[in-house]
Amino acid sequence: MTVTAIGPYEFKSRDHVDNFHGNRVVYWHWEEHLMFCAAIALMLPPAMPFGEVLGNVLPGCYGMHPEFSQIVWPKVTWMLDSRPFKPDMEAGLAANHVGHKSLLRFWTPGLHGLGGAVV
Amino acid sequence: MNAMQPPPKLKKLSLKERYAHLTRELGWKTTYQPMDKVFPYAEYEGIKIHDWDAWEDPFRLTMDAYWKYQAEKERKLYAVIDSFAQNNGHLNITDARYVNALKLFLTGVSPLEYSAHRGYAHVGRHFVGAGPRIACQMQAIDELRHAQTQLHTMSHYNKFFDGLHDSRHMHDRVWYLSVPKSFFEDACSAGPFEYLTAISFSFEYVLTNLLFVPFMSGAAFNGDMATVTFGFSAQSDEARHMTLGLEIIKFMLEQDEANVPIVQRWIDKWFWRGYRLLALVAMMMDYMLPKRIMSWDEAWEMYFEQAGDALFNDLSRYGIRKPKYFEVASKEKHRLSHEVWATFYNYTQATAFHTWLPSEEEMKWLSAKYPDTFDRLYRPRFECWRAMEEKGNRYYNPTLPQLCVTCQIPMIFTEPDDPTTTCFRATEYKGERYHFCSDGCKDIFCYEPEKYVQSWLPVHQIYQGNCGGADLKDVIAWYHINFGVDNFDYTGSPDQKLWDEWQLQRSSNPV
Repeated sequence: MTVTAIGPYEFKSRDHVDNFHGNRVVYWHWEEHLMFCAAIALMLPPAMPFGEVLGNVLPGCYGMHPEFSQIVWPKVTWMLDSRPFKPDMEAGLAANHVGHKSLLRFWTPGLHGLGGAVV
Repeated sequence: MNAMQPPPKLKKLSLKERYAHLTRELGWKTTYQPMDKVFPYAEYEGIKIHDWDAWEDPFRLTMDAYWKYQAEKERKLYAVIDSFAQNNGHLNITDARYVNALKLFLTGVSPLEYSAHRGYAHVGRHFVGAGPRIACQMQAIDELRHAQTQLHTMSHYNKFFDGLHDSRHMHDRVWYLSVPKSFFEDACSAGPFEYLTAISFSFEYVLTNLLFVPFMSGAAFNGDMATVTFGFSAQSDEARHMTLGLEIIKFMLEQDEANVPIVQRWIDKWFWRGYRLLALVAMMMDYMLPKRIMSWDEAWEMYFEQAGDALFNDLSRYGIRKPKYFEVASKEKHRLSHEVWATFYNYTQATAFHTWLPSEEEMKWLSAKYPDTFDRLYRPRFECWRAMEEKGNRYYNPTLPQLCVTCQIPMIFTEPDDPTTTCFRATEYKGERYHFCSDGCKDIFCYEPEKYVQSWLPVHQIYQGNCGGADLKDVIAWYHINFGVDNFDYTGSPDQKLWDEWQLQRSSNPV
């Protein structure tokens, strides 16, 4: 048993993918830009093309940062769930193996945050 | 005349006899039912107790004496609260920004006092020995009293300031309050011995000074005599609670050697959970008090590093070592408050209190207290936000954050050895991914994943559609936060407006 309990103790996970109306929660984190205090959680359809997230969703999340518009996406370094990763911009999230509660961390070359302080 | 004879005078009981009659002799061995059916939670945690009477009760307090002492304290407290109200004591605080610390306390801490009342009432029923049962029952009443006196004291501020109107409701729903709520629910849903290790020992004994001293000294420094008085009124109870905390640990360790590794694991777990909870206090000390007492860094050194060293040296003869990851907490002491205040600054559109940028003078204080980190890492962040604010574009983070599954705090903490890189830890359980802010939180999950897969994570609950709607305004309404009144920056808030009017009146009507 994985818990100290007085009887059988089995529960379905509260954040199972079935509970998100056909969407997936995906976490994104722009490294070296801690003005955004934590990685962000987005609820996205699994078929949404990777490039569409970058072009249409992330600007609403990070666009107020003066460095965001300078990002050259093809040069960005990615990690998907702790493994190096090269996204296929045309393919959907699921086809890119971005699963429910996957974490995407990205590093933007030449852009290391404001004031020399990863802001 | 047949005058009635007075009954023969009984010999007065000695203190020792009184204590025995009113505590230890209230227990008995059951005959109609086996003891393990009457006390079903006594053994399943694996703690072995051979002699319940070996429990030492250093206070030897009996219920009649307890009522007498508490009633006396209560009379004094309510006299002070009345006079505070009659003399408009709220006008004597340093600045209206201070009230935001009270908002945090009322929504985040007072409901925990109530949870503690329930927790102690529950375990007080389930211990086999009368000694710990009585101690837990008295503490259950203390905790209820603390919740009540805090609500009564702060109700005066609720007449004038925003965000204090519905603390109980907010505690159950608001995203950052899921941190204290889940902490206590984790403890209350554990067995009785783990509960006491969690709350009586790790929280009340090891970490309590880091919660109450900052809030109560903060109140004293900032002219809030009402809050100081309930602090004093609770203090003698706290001394009793700390003693219970140390007693339960020593009792378990002395009863059986097999208890040692179980107790150590609980100390590790509850140190880390308690420490994460105190992140709110760190922020309060360094950013929310207009007049500061000491920095978080100084408080951590004094109350944990020094006091904790002495405590764990003492416990080492039982085979107990310092809690796992205490060194991580010490590495974080130079950054914790800054990371947390920045988080609330990011998301003040969804809080029941206001945030603000530290003034230049306050940043000087922060530089002096944090010479290695503040100017290098955090001042640039505030200056950047200041520039945005001056352009009329106060920064709010528009996207919901990723949360740690265990402590439920947004994933804001940085790598123990690198304050510029966010710390990510993850694991898989039954084919599903789980994310954590630290090794401490990951270890807690991995030991009992079945418990934490049920975490009610506010961000995911919003996405699942369980929090009143999809828009910020819907969620805020579901929280019972008044949009545009309780939330957003202090600058321009109704609280600030009212305070400024009072100051103006005061300067135009010199007494």
